[in-house]
Amino acid sequence: MTRTRRSTQPHLHRTLGAGLAAAALLATTVACAPGEEGGSGTETKSEDVTTDISELGDVTLTVWDQEVRGGQAAQIAALNEAFTEKYPNVTIDRTKRSFTDLQRTLRNAITSDDAPDVVQANNGRTDMGAFVENGLLQSLDGYAEAYGWTERFPESVRSLASYTDDGATFGEGSLYGLAQVGELVGVFYNKAKLTELGLEVPETTADFEAALAAAADADELPIQFGNLDGWPGIHDFGFVHNQFVPRDDIRNLGFGREGASWTSEENVQAAETFTEWVDAGYFTPDFNGVGYDPAWQDFAQGNGVFLVAGTWLQADLDEAMGEDVGFVLPPVGESGEQAVTGGTGLPFSITEASDDADVAAAYIDFITSDEAMQMIQEAGNLPVVGGDAAQAEGLAAEILDAWTTAGEDDAIVPYLDYATPDFYDLITAQVQELGAGSVAPDEFLSTLEDEYSSFVSGQ
Amino acid sequence: MTRRRGSRAPGEPRLVAYAYVAPALLVFGLFLLAPLAYAVQLSFFEWDGLGLGTWVGLDNYVAVLTDPELRAPFLHALVLVVFFSLVPVTLGLVLAALMTRSRVRGAGFFRTVIFLPQVVALTVVAVVWRQIYAPTGPLNDALRLVGLDGFARGWLGDADWVLVAIGLVGTWVGTGLCTVLFLAGLAKVGRELYEAARLDGAGFWTELRSISLPAVRGELAVALTLTMVAALRTFDLVYVMTAGGPGNASRVPSYEVYDRAIQEGDVGTGITVALVLTALILLATWLVNRIAGDGEPA
Repeated sequence: MTRTRRSTQPHLHRTLGAGLAAAALLATTVACAPGEEGGSGTETKSEDVTTDISELGDVTLTVWDQEVRGGQAAQIAALNEAFTEKYPNVTIDRTKRSFTDLQRTLRNAITSDDAPDVVQANNGRTDMGAFVENGLLQSLDGYAEAYGWTERFPESVRSLASYTDDGATFGEGSLYGLAQVGELVGVFYNKAKLTELGLEVPETTADFEAALAAAADADELPIQFGNLDGWPGIHDFGFVHNQFVPRDDIRNLGFGREGASWTSEENVQAAETFTEWVDAGYFTPDFNGVGYDPAWQDFAQGNGVFLVAGTWLQADLDEAMGEDVGFVLPPVGESGEQAVTGGTGLPFSITEASDDADVAAAYIDFITSDEAMQMIQEAGNLPVVGGDAAQAEGLAAEILDAWTTAGEDDAIVPYLDYATPDFYDLITAQVQELGAGSVAPDEFLSTLEDEYSSFVSGQ
Repeated sequence: MTRRRGSRAPGEPRLVAYAYVAPALLVFGLFLLAPLAYAVQLSFFEWDGLGLGTWVGLDNYVAVLTDPELRAPFLHALVLVVFFSLVPVTLGLVLAALMTRSRVRGAGFFRTVIFLPQVVALTVVAVVWRQIYAPTGPLNDALRLVGLDGFARGWLGDADWVLVAIGLVGTWVGTGLCTVLFLAGLAKVGRELYEAARLDGAGFWTELRSISLPAVRGELAVALTLTMVAALRTFDLVYVMTAGGPGNASRVPSYEVYDRAIQEGDVGTGITVALVLTALILLATWLVNRIAGDGEPA
């Protein structure tokens, strides 16, 4: 042992020496803060906008999008080609990434001097909100006026990509992006099983609970649910939440605005109902150990009467189940007010660093035009506006119908994790614990209330 | 010995030597020290990765030491050390000793099978084990088959079992590496030594303790270092299998770094966790090499 100690001593000294050298190196760099002072964001006036971009000379437009799956990939490729055919002076330099990969790399890309012109940025505070706050995106108000986007897109859709210029208020202020597709978190149901059980499609919470009980009695799995990944909990809890809490409260909670409370009577009812359903065995057993994909795939194979999920599963479920699958909006609770979680796909935004904002805006206008929407529908996706019910059938028609109803009724409420930058982590973990019974409904709600109220009061 | 060039002995550092190591030093400094220095710099700021950072001094470090939410991942990592490192090293020793002691038919085959998990990418391993642990997966099916229905559960969705479940995957992966390392170490020992010991009446455990263990001291240090580092910096398994859930029951430091710095836009805290983790790993390797390595370069 003594031999060891003696032989390592000089090493120690040398290590110390290197450490000191490194510390000296650090001392020189520590002083200056990382990042850059936030810009103010460019305000483009509609009279400065050039909508005829064919006269602008050769331009290369850099676009980062996440349209990588089947129908989406085909639709965007076709639109890009059509755009460059219309404007031969424009070349599109496209980077495609999956949603998570895009989200992960966008922060670095958007802050560099060589930022892409058009990016698809997630609506929530963590992404779009932070970008707006730091002046990294251009306000599209001028273009909206020049291109008539205000008429093309209803307020409910535009508000999901709107922020005040300081990024503090979500859902109001300037427009920062336009989306191609819509999405709703509703209920997929197995038509054959419903008929077998002698049930109608449930329209109220009472109907729905009766259906759940009937399904459980018949040894069917009432609601297919896999929450291993955490985020599906936002959808399934949100679905219960929608049936109890008034729309405007959900909006305030979801957008992180003053005026609501997580501990209100309706929220207590929602959280308690969720745990009651868990205890009654209405959800997949051990759902915290089941993945999202295995869960909906299991539903597609005929296990489960209901599946709470987003319209993005349309193509997959349609293919697997055909005639047997249907889609409806969430049941309506006692208030008689319909609410459904949803909104738009990721909006396309123009970065502050873009030198060709006019071209970028023309591109966004093009890929969200009426013709574009038709292509999107044909590709098996839900167009955010201008869907043509006459051309849709089966599941697509039911989804389009639900989307139209929700839009006309102003029933769409935001995802609950939009609220604050930390809310995603918080609510996914909390719903898992609520479902596992390791936190009680009141603890669950007070934890959410703490984060929400400290964020709201800090604004 | 005649002295040339003053008092310097031959082989003593000369200035020209620095010229030889300069390119390596430069690369090392540029790609390792500089980013590390930048990381240390970032750890003194509250920064969202977009705007201007705010100097917060040692606040981030204080948070890592005092905030239970930030401390918990380190405790989880310690649990994983047991499964990723201590158990595989022990199992590896026993397996290697067994395989050396008796000639097994098809030993090469077993060696390959044991080592196989090591060559599969961890994300692939994670995807497969996620299915194995599913409530209706093969593991629970097997438990029900032998009548242990009460034990069947959604392993990755159970806060009490999730770390054990992830840990056992680490055991499965690490055991092969340890076994192969120890086999190599034991191959250096002459068979006569074992024969002599056996003539003196030594059993399996005496052999292991008196011959095999001292013979593989160097390999032991290597195995412990490698597996411990793997345990402490686990990311892929957690990211793919549970994303830190259920609740926060399986969040580990590397996942915390990723989540804070990339997902939440809380770069300062994330980087601080990363630096503390780095320090921990350095400490662990240093300790292992002092104790098990016996001063030999491992």
